Amino acid sequence: MAKLNLNRVEMPRQKPGVRAKNYNEVALGYRWEQALEEAQRCIQCPKQPCKAGCPVQVDIPEFILALRDNNMEEAVRIMKSKNSLPGICGRVCPQETQCEEVCTLAKKGGQIAIGRLERYVADWEREHMGALPVKPAKPSGKKVAVVGSGPAGLTAAADLARLGHAVTIFEALHVAGGVLMYGIPEFRLPKAIVQGEVKYVASLGVDIKLDSVVGKLLTIDELLKNGYDAVFLGTGAGLPMFIGCPGENLNGIYSANEFLTRVNLMKAYRFPEYDTPVRIGRRVAVIGGGNVAMDSARCALRLGAEKVYIVYRRSEAEMPARREEVENAKEEGIIFKLLTNPKQFLGDEKNNVCQMECHEMELGEPDESGRRRPVIKEGSEFKFDVDVVIVALGTTPNPLIAQTTPGLETGKGGTVVADEETGQTKKKKVWAGGDIVTGAATVISAMGAGKKAAADIDKFLRNS
Amino acid sequence: MYKILRREDLTPNIHLYKFEAPEVARKAKPGQFVVIRIDERGERIPLTVADWDEKEGSITVVCMEVGTTTQRLATLGTGDAIADFVGPLGRPTEIEKFGTVCCVAGGFAVAVVMPIARALKQEGNEVISILGARNKDLLFWEDELRRVSDQLIVTTDDGSYGRKGLVTEPLKEILESNHKVDRVIAIGPSIMMKFCSLTTKPFGVKTIVSLNPIMVDGTGMCGCCRVSVGGVTRFACVDGPDFDGHQVDWDLLLARQKTYLGEEKRSLERWQGQCGEKSEAKSRGEK
Repeated sequence: MAKLNLNRVEMPRQKPGVRAKNYNEVALGYRWEQALEEAQRCIQCPKQPCKAGCPVQVDIPEFILALRDNNMEEAVRIMKSKNSLPGICGRVCPQETQCEEVCTLAKKGGQIAIGRLERYVADWEREHMGALPVKPAKPSGKKVAVVGSGPAGLTAAADLARLGHAVTIFEALHVAGGVLMYGIPEFRLPKAIVQGEVKYVASLGVDIKLDSVVGKLLTIDELLKNGYDAVFLGTGAGLPMFIGCPGENLNGIYSANEFLTRVNLMKAYRFPEYDTPVRIGRRVAVIGGGNVAMDSARCALRLGAEKVYIVYRRSEAEMPARREEVENAKEEGIIFKLLTNPKQFLGDEKNNVCQMECHEMELGEPDESGRRRPVIKEGSEFKFDVDVVIVALGTTPNPLIAQTTPGLETGKGGTVVADEETGQTKKKKVWAGGDIVTGAATVISAMGAGKKAAADIDKFLRNS
Repeated sequence: MYKILRREDLTPNIHLYKFEAPEVARKAKPGQFVVIRIDERGERIPLTVADWDEKEGSITVVCMEVGTTTQRLATLGTGDAIADFVGPLGRPTEIEKFGTVCCVAGGFAVAVVMPIARALKQEGNEVISILGARNKDLLFWEDELRRVSDQLIVTTDDGSYGRKGLVTEPLKEILESNHKVDRVIAIGPSIMMKFCSLTTKPFGVKTIVSLNPIMVDGTGMCGCCRVSVGGVTRFACVDGPDFDGHQVDWDLLLARQKTYLGEEKRSLERWQGQCGEKSEAKSRGEK
């Protein structure tokens, strides 16, 4: 038996000093030899734990085998039969806690870099095949409305269209993609890749209606009355949370949603060529320790900030951000102020934020999240100068749909109650999945929920 | 794309645009707004609806040329189209039979007050309207507003038309008279709404204002439009835009509206520079 190769092939990345000044993608993707070398490390174990570790059950060993045999078209086909958005997933899925974590080689510290291979296959398809010709499905005669065009909505729409249902997506913003467009920055997920995958979903026959705010323009009940046989809600968690401490409404204090929307969706980094401005800070503080905080900090740096701080109330071990993103941020020169929590923001005579007062924190007993609870160190207050603050403390579902849909049950934090396995809500003919059900989570878990709901909607439509 | 069915110049720099938006027209109510974006590089700006026609499938908005977007919009005419038109957004103005309602319109906000006054009148209220502008040339829709009002008072800051002075003066006189006023609706520039609210406060008459902070998405997603009302942070796009004027932190609103003054100036200069180059090239006979 050949000796196990436990050396993961590194993916080339732009150098920190260079990339901190541009918006181009940080990770550059494998070259063919690198992809081949990584694929050859896969031992094709019979148990296939990776597949179970994937929320959409991609046939991972099979696509790796096809890649290894240089049968790229087959690799693409295998991937796309389960995952309509591989270019996106290959970039932003937390593989380290999913498929790669359970890889047989992980026990020896050499898990296959499945995410990088997935990205390689998706990028190969885009460069070599264009959009795959899609065989139109036999029409079922049923109509489904999908609300929201983020990861959950796109996945549900693609699966339902492939099953022959007439699908219309209603999107509130002027482009499809949801958080993939407004939230995740260009340097981590190029917008052309997102739009390529949106185009693929549209090529399956999905009609995408932009500028359509469901709950205002149309209600769920009106959709059902107007001939839709089922509705899938994938409106995500779009309502930003603030800290609630004094001075939070000073000029220059943004929610991460606003800051990222200005920069990514409205392209404020190209102001004044694009009309939407964003305040360019010299000293920027980002409050929070998740991926959105890392994205905000790295955007602020690229806009030209001299110093960018991550202010987080616990220690690095408790940070919810992906390890890789924390490392990227550190390499680029983001300063981590850990065990630090804002007490108040101070402004100048024009209401502009100019200082931030913080408490030092220490960790106490574990709280309900299982992480050690941060406790204020008495008398530890200190101030430092800032001119832009970005609050990245998380988001909750936008209440618009729940408020306008009688019979839809909501739970903690404004989430919509839905069955975990089927996505069924308490309202007949209405399914939901993704962040609207779970609160802010990951792209792939939203896709998994979209997939499960699509299967259940299909079952319902066939029996009705 | 959303077509401009009709453009009309109400004053040299205040324009009316009637957009083709049949779905929005079915749902629009007084006090609600739309968000528009002219093209790919445009910003999203909110505009309160002035009128709608379900049969025609149209929404009418009125805006004054102030920044890049409103100036760029002013280069478009009947038959042109814009990239995005989203609505109706925000909560509608509360319309019911209050008794006597005093509607105060500052500047081009008369366009927004019109459908509110009309709906209040239809509901059986006595409507007393006050229409104010800086000068005679900035006044429009006087007759239209008179038609839906039991009484109309017109003021200009410089006295070039109607009564000389600010809208707060006749407002105060009405409140001081024996005529009982049950509600005041004041819409216009923030500073005018602030002083109308200060005027009515001693009389304890509920005063509704329509706030116009900077917005991005207009659907509650970003929090750019946060305002402080009664000490609580609210999002004007989804919780408003109408609020109790006596509860609004006006100084915060006025300060937040100035967040991008520098950028707005830079953007406008760039745009006007481009316009200048274009018209020079045109006069030289180039394309």
